Amino acid sequence: MNIAYSTELICFLILSAVIVAGSLAVVLLENIVYSAFILGGVFMAVAGLYLLLNASFVAAAQILVYVGAVNVLILFAIMLVNKKEKLTSIEGLKTRKLISSGVCGGLLILLLRVSITTKWNLPGPTSIGEEATERIGEHLFTDYLLPFELASILLLMAMIGAIVLARREVSIPTDDINVLKNKKSLSDKKIPLLSENSLK
Amino acid sequence: MNSGIDLEMSFTQGIQNLGLSHELAHLLWIPLPMLLVLVSAVIGVLVTVWLERKISAAAQQRIGPEYAGGLGILQPMADGLKLLVKEDIIPAKADSVLFTVGPILVLVPVILSWLIVPFGQNLLISNVGIGIFLWIALSSIQPIGLLMSGYSSNNKYSLLGGLRAAAQSISYEIPLALAVLAIVMMSNSLSTVDIVEQQNTAGFLSWNIWRQPVGFIIFWICALAECERLPFDLPEAEEELVAGYQTEYAGMKFALFYLAGYINLVLSALLVSVLYLGGWGFPISIDWFSSLIGLSIDNPLVQIIAASLGIVMTILKAYLLVFLAILLRWTTPRVRIDQLLDLGWKFLLPISLVNLLITASLKLAFPMTFGG
Repeated sequence: MNIAYSTELICFLILSAVIVAGSLAVVLLENIVYSAFILGGVFMAVAGLYLLLNASFVAAAQILVYVGAVNVLILFAIMLVNKKEKLTSIEGLKTRKLISSGVCGGLLILLLRVSITTKWNLPGPTSIGEEATERIGEHLFTDYLLPFELASILLLMAMIGAIVLARREVSIPTDDINVLKNKKSLSDKKIPLLSENSLK
Repeated sequence: MNSGIDLEMSFTQGIQNLGLSHELAHLLWIPLPMLLVLVSAVIGVLVTVWLERKISAAAQQRIGPEYAGGLGILQPMADGLKLLVKEDIIPAKADSVLFTVGPILVLVPVILSWLIVPFGQNLLISNVGIGIFLWIALSSIQPIGLLMSGYSSNNKYSLLGGLRAAAQSISYEIPLALAVLAIVMMSNSLSTVDIVEQQNTAGFLSWNIWRQPVGFIIFWICALAECERLPFDLPEAEEELVAGYQTEYAGMKFALFYLAGYINLVLSALLVSVLYLGGWGFPISIDWFSSLIGLSIDNPLVQIIAASLGIVMTILKAYLLVFLAILLRWTTPRVRIDQLLDLGWKFLLPISLVNLLITASLKLAFPMTFGG
């Protein structure tokens, strides 16, 4: 066994262990902030797996999108609304947990069975390494153009939706000291993109 | 095309001559450049701290550190030693695990980014194909560390500082990436080595700053914001937030934040010099110069001189930018948080998009000068 192969194997084992343990922790931990941080760790471990497969561009994109954007947004949302309140106990929580763990276990067994019975083409296609960036670009602008554009339209729609939600008309405080000034500046600023009526 | 000095080749060959296998030789080689870069990063920080003290003193008509070593050169060492032996305090109600991991998550990505900083043709740790994209991806990990330390300190100033830091670095990452994208489009490569080589065809006239003046300014502003330097140091604005996410930290954990900040500053300056100021390139083309004295470019002497000149040029350019950053820090007032976000989203983002569009059209119109 040569050094390169054993290094790869060790890295793979460590990364897989991190991913499995981390994902379990994300679901099972009581503290939601811990879950969010561990989720970032799982995303990074997945990026490590991509690196092992010689897909460095995908790995970097994974870190940029999932760790840098998605996970930070999740953390942001949690921290801004992190109220320490007692949740009212739900009836029959134990049976619910049992049912959901049964469903999850069944799904796991199904997937394991599929992965064992499938005849995998080994060794898989050789990776193209550094050339991958160019190849991804080519594919995005030729045969995957339509899905690419559809995804961007979807994102645009989500963005417009977020703006509409965030820019609801606010009631102007009338008992303020600088009533007139306030009114002017607020009415200057807060002209909603779409008014409340047009939403209905 | 000369390949320059390849230290790795000579090292692995030397080891192999001693009777070890090629793989083992490679394995022995790997830690060496990493260690070298780590040491140079830390020395770069020490120099920057000293410069910061001296220049701020000059800006405020003081003398600055005087007694520790000649002209106070040893002052940063003394600072570091003090932080090293200070008591490490974890607040009683803080979350001790997150409190410890936070600073590490802030420092590690910054150090990892040094992977792609070239000091010469073969003088970088790894010429990875994704090059500059790796830096953008790694720098997006940092806000998680900041949020983590802000949250775990159990202090409202810390939490506000952490949230501000994350908001700031998310909003300035986008114009930064778009400015880099314009450069990448011109050099047809993400690799930092290719980006520098593409600029060193005709001395300083071919530097990217002439072709991307707007991109240069956008990149510099965003880099300052990412480093949380003074016009944009809102996350640790001492008049409002005590010290932001650093408030509860002491000893070595505080030193990690301190180190990360300064390493990031030096790194940003280095990357500005790589992306816009021709990296290791001398203002006058070396090829032309060596043909003037009548020496071949492959001459060992010329090679060594060119390599050391390259290192000196990279560091010189970077430190000129560090000087500029320090001068900015001690002469400009801080922006407000709404002004900061306005600047990022309503000004820099559209401008950088327009810059990208113009670069693309210029590339189509003049493929010779804008890298076809």
